[in-house]
Amino acid sequence: MSQTLTTPDISGAAGAPVLEVNDLHVEFRTPHGLVRAVNGITYSVRPGETLAILGESGSGKSVSVQAVMGILDSPPGFVTGGSILFHGQDMLTMPAAQQRVIRGPGIAMVFQDALSSLNPVFSVGHQIGEMYRAHQGASRREAKAKAIELMERVRIPAARERVNDYPHQFSGGMRQRVMIAMALALDPEILIADEPTTALDVTVQAQIMELLNDLQRDTGMGLILITHDLGVVNEVADRVAVMYAGKIVESGTIDEVFTAPTHPYTAGLMSSVPQAETKGTRLQPIKGQPPNLAAIPPGCSFHPRCPHARIGSAAAADQDCAGDVPELREVRPARMAACHYSEEIFGE
Amino acid sequence: MGRYIARRLLMTIPVLIGATLLIFTIVYALPGDPVRALAGDRPLTPAAQAAIRDEYNLNDPLLIQYLKYLGGLLQGDLGQDFSGRPVSETITQRLPITVRLAVLAVVIEVIIGVIAGVLAGIRRNSYMDNLVLVSTTLVVSIPVFVLAFLAQYVFGLRFGWFPIAGLSEGFRSYILPAFVLAALSLAYVARLTRTSIAENLRQDYVRTAKAKGLKPSVVVGKHTLRNSLIPVVTFVGADLASLMAGAIVTETVFNIPGLGRAVFESVQRQEGFVIVGIVTVFVFFYITFNLVVDILYAVIDPRIRYD
Repeated sequence: MSQTLTTPDISGAAGAPVLEVNDLHVEFRTPHGLVRAVNGITYSVRPGETLAILGESGSGKSVSVQAVMGILDSPPGFVTGGSILFHGQDMLTMPAAQQRVIRGPGIAMVFQDALSSLNPVFSVGHQIGEMYRAHQGASRREAKAKAIELMERVRIPAARERVNDYPHQFSGGMRQRVMIAMALALDPEILIADEPTTALDVTVQAQIMELLNDLQRDTGMGLILITHDLGVVNEVADRVAVMYAGKIVESGTIDEVFTAPTHPYTAGLMSSVPQAETKGTRLQPIKGQPPNLAAIPPGCSFHPRCPHARIGSAAAADQDCAGDVPELREVRPARMAACHYSEEIFGE
Repeated sequence: MGRYIARRLLMTIPVLIGATLLIFTIVYALPGDPVRALAGDRPLTPAAQAAIRDEYNLNDPLLIQYLKYLGGLLQGDLGQDFSGRPVSETITQRLPITVRLAVLAVVIEVIIGVIAGVLAGIRRNSYMDNLVLVSTTLVVSIPVFVLAFLAQYVFGLRFGWFPIAGLSEGFRSYILPAFVLAALSLAYVARLTRTSIAENLRQDYVRTAKAKGLKPSVVVGKHTLRNSLIPVVTFVGADLASLMAGAIVTETVFNIPGLGRAVFESVQRQEGFVIVGIVTVFVFFYITFNLVVDILYAVIDPRIRYD
């Protein structure tokens, strides 16, 4: 499980990848047993590129980026294998002090729930300015001035008056803008947005995505977007990686994956959301429940829910969906899928 | 904010009236005769007894006694003890001693308690955590006077570091009694801080602080601690008053002439005016500290507003 995701340069994204995650494994050692949250995922992000990581709750998508940020709750969470290369240097083996230099100026993160993710007892100006104080040794006054600038940049009205306000005094959308301002403070090369719009109203969601899009265009940063919202992915992402039970089961450019999925799980996702052409017909949810990560099914972890699963005598040699783990492989040019029967099911 | 404080201050009036009435009643209901106890083995002449009873309004019914006392109180007269010394003089003389003792105890309680709590809370089930848990359990389960004797024996007698009793050596004389006075609350502060830190460390904003590339000392010492101190401040404020009550035992054991010992002595002599006067001071402090804590609460936690 350590093949590289070869991606053609489809987004105008230039140069070598800034961030490369190789064969990452994360597990949680809980009193109830071992939970394998991430089981060998590999991806990379180039400057200016947007990678969407798509998956249901519990698919390991958030955990995988928490490992990248070094903010896993540990214990119980442990990175048990793989590497996370930032400009070729493995963050997992470097000293903590060196990692801290990357967090902020190198890789920054926007969290899902801005209310709980901002510290309730410090003003937003203080929390944004803290980036400059901690990383650049700025004075209190400089930090505040820069915080105001940033708040204006993320289009918070009356930034100068609101810089001393506390998180609870802002609306949900404005709070998320504060989070974004904080993450952007040091012009990160990679921005990780973990479900940045899930907690927001639909109209506000659109504004926040537009803001992220504009900011990315202005700064040329790479963006990793964690989401379960297909609509969001469709609008902003260049590439998408679909995760299931801690693995990437399909990846490719957004257009290709969405128009012609090569993995039954992705296909199931597509038919479970409303789309213009299926108007008037019933939505088809994926049967069953996402797997318990403490007891992942053997073989293809999706097989108990898969309408195409071939088990026992129905399966080809070494391709028993209930016994043989399907490797993530190139099923079409620049398209990866982890399914034994991808070509048969979806055609060449 | 101003209106809130004014309202709170107004509320102290009924509380003070209620408290004094309660204490007055309890002293009134105490068995025995204070005048006779005063005389000891040589009985006073009936005329002398009557004169004393008359002077201290002891012949009046409870309510009249109380009202007369309250009347005096409004004119700033706290009455006098049986030797004719004004209660106000006793209080002004002894209050600074008790305040010094209580302040030192609070400082010890907060500094050591919070540090121990943080060290235990940041790593649960570590050596430090277990040490704090065991030692606080020990302190909580030992009666204060036993702890006092133990401290006197070990640090006073065996090591000779501190005086055993009295105030003859200035600041040094306060250290041992202050530690004993603080011990119980210190244990609670340590446990409260430990729980609060451990709980707050799981909050999302701590994750954010780490993701900002802040040093662990800043993540814990600034972001987590500030939030964790909210319940601790509440406890310490309410606890200041119990420290004053605790001073009754500690001051008696360490022979310190503060308000606590004055209460103890006047209860023995059934000197109602003295008890009521001093306890009223305690009640007043209690109310004031609670108000200060509530204001402080809003300073630490901006989500709390009183307007």
